[in-house]
Amino acid sequence: MTGQVWKFGDNIDTDVIIPARRLTTSDPAQLARYCMEDADEAFAGLVNRGDILLAGENFGCGSSREHAPIAIRAAGISCVIAKSFARIFYRNAFNIGLPTIECADVDKIASGDHIKVDFANGELLHIETGAIYKASRIPPFMQELIDDGGLIAHIAKGLRKEAGGPTRP
Amino acid sequence: MGMTFAEKIFAKKTGRAAARAGEIVSVRPDVVMTLDADAEIIIRFEELGLPRVWDPARIVCALDHYGPASTRRSADLHRRMRLFAEAQGIERFFEVGEGLTHQIMLERGYALPGMFIVGTDSHTPSYGCVGALSCGVGASDMLSIWATGELWFQVPRSARIVLDGALPPGVFAKDVILEVIRSFTASGCTYMSAEFTGSALADMPMAERFVLCNLSTEMGVKSTWVEVDETTRAFADRHGGAYGIVAPDPDADYAALKRFDVSALAPMLACPHRVDNVHPVAAMAGAPVHQAFLGTCASGRFEDLAVAAKILGGRHAAPGVRLLIAPASRAVLRRAMEAGHAQALIDAGGVFLPPGCGPCAGIHEGLLGQGERCVSTANRNFRGRMGNPDSEIYLGSAATVAASALTGVITDPRPYLA
Repeated sequence: MTGQVWKFGDNIDTDVIIPARRLTTSDPAQLARYCMEDADEAFAGLVNRGDILLAGENFGCGSSREHAPIAIRAAGISCVIAKSFARIFYRNAFNIGLPTIECADVDKIASGDHIKVDFANGELLHIETGAIYKASRIPPFMQELIDDGGLIAHIAKGLRKEAGGPTRP
Repeated sequence: MGMTFAEKIFAKKTGRAAARAGEIVSVRPDVVMTLDADAEIIIRFEELGLPRVWDPARIVCALDHYGPASTRRSADLHRRMRLFAEAQGIERFFEVGEGLTHQIMLERGYALPGMFIVGTDSHTPSYGCVGALSCGVGASDMLSIWATGELWFQVPRSARIVLDGALPPGVFAKDVILEVIRSFTASGCTYMSAEFTGSALADMPMAERFVLCNLSTEMGVKSTWVEVDETTRAFADRHGGAYGIVAPDPDADYAALKRFDVSALAPMLACPHRVDNVHPVAAMAGAPVHQAFLGTCASGRFEDLAVAAKILGGRHAAPGVRLLIAPASRAVLRRAMEAGHAQALIDAGGVFLPPGCGPCAGIHEGLLGQGERCVSTANRNFRGRMGNPDSEIYLGSAATVAASALTGVITDPRPYLA
């Protein structure tokens, strides 16, 4: 997967990702319109499907609102790469089907650059320089969540199996 | 090697002799809490076609983040939650004005020592103050629990935080934890369980211990724990429920250990727009204030209203300052009325908001305009959180907020408490 990079700093909090004043809707398309507006007003209007969000330490700190990863995914972002993530955001992202990976080298990548993400090997290819950076691998259980389309779809699949009886070991 | 508090709780909840940091385990929580900010859980629960929640007696829910409703949509969400609670037989359901969920969890004895509690609010780690392991999750996580009764967790590493000395007059748990956050930074305890111990705890009633655990969220913790002592046991015994004390082993392994001498501490302030941007109140003294807010799960308790009444009693807030007060619960408001504190604060120009979260999350009341500065007892000061992105939020103790309301500028409260 290759995408253009939108770069932000350290401690991007959930109020920056999607402020509470915009939580009067749970419609992903509406949330996407206001995504990151307090950090970069132009972001929501210019971001393209498949783009990659890059950030520093502690991305997603603050509220437990699941609207934050929902807004990012609905805006078109295919993957968030940061030096580190806040705990609840990390859970929420996988639960709604937005992959997140950690990489220590985000400072070497600039806004507007292009990155190819190799999820299976935990590597980022920096298209502009050809450099390869080490990134975290997605744990198998989390990959299953992404593949199923999030935790709820994952549970629904489990419940369907349960209802069917013999398919569950 | 011994186990930390978190490892012991996870061992207990998985029926094993030991658990180790890093393990991923599935746990059935003792109690779960949720609130109106996550009303979509209900909508999605119904969309999944599930007939019943796994155990209505283990669910606590309060309408606290935006009550009374200020928009048609939020009114409809509240209505839907009421109907759901009734249909599902959720008896621990609390209407608008009863209080914020974290306060209710303690007041009603729903959080007790040794429990494993999960909530859809980032400040859920608060219940470490009574010796429970509690952590925040998102809406999908909670839906998973409602559907199946369980959820996966990673056993966290732990940080040991020793608070030595005794609090000087005019310095409170809020000042202590702000100093701790400054030292660890906003991400310094990410994914960790923070254990508090030390002689300074002896002087801290449950309300003050709550502040330590509540604000710990702002350095990234998953959960917290406060050393169990007579204050903990008196709290648990008062609520009469069954509980089991769980405490770490003396030879447990910690990812971080820090000591703080609180005797030398001055009143502290978290400055815009980060909770770890902490400075002594004195460094900011004199900056004009437009709004002073007393309340939230960080500091809307009786003790906070009492100290504010002590400072503001018989006086009046400075012209141009809006003094907003949102008690953490109806019980807090009633106690403050009986003690005369509510009267004193109203006479001082205070405006009482319904018990609940108040303007903290910037949803429905008491928002800030362009260029305005608010001094608040809340736990977050992120840009734009309480309204206009071009406003500023400073976080301090109830005493600092009251003293600043009185003078109209950011003010060290100590001279007013001498």
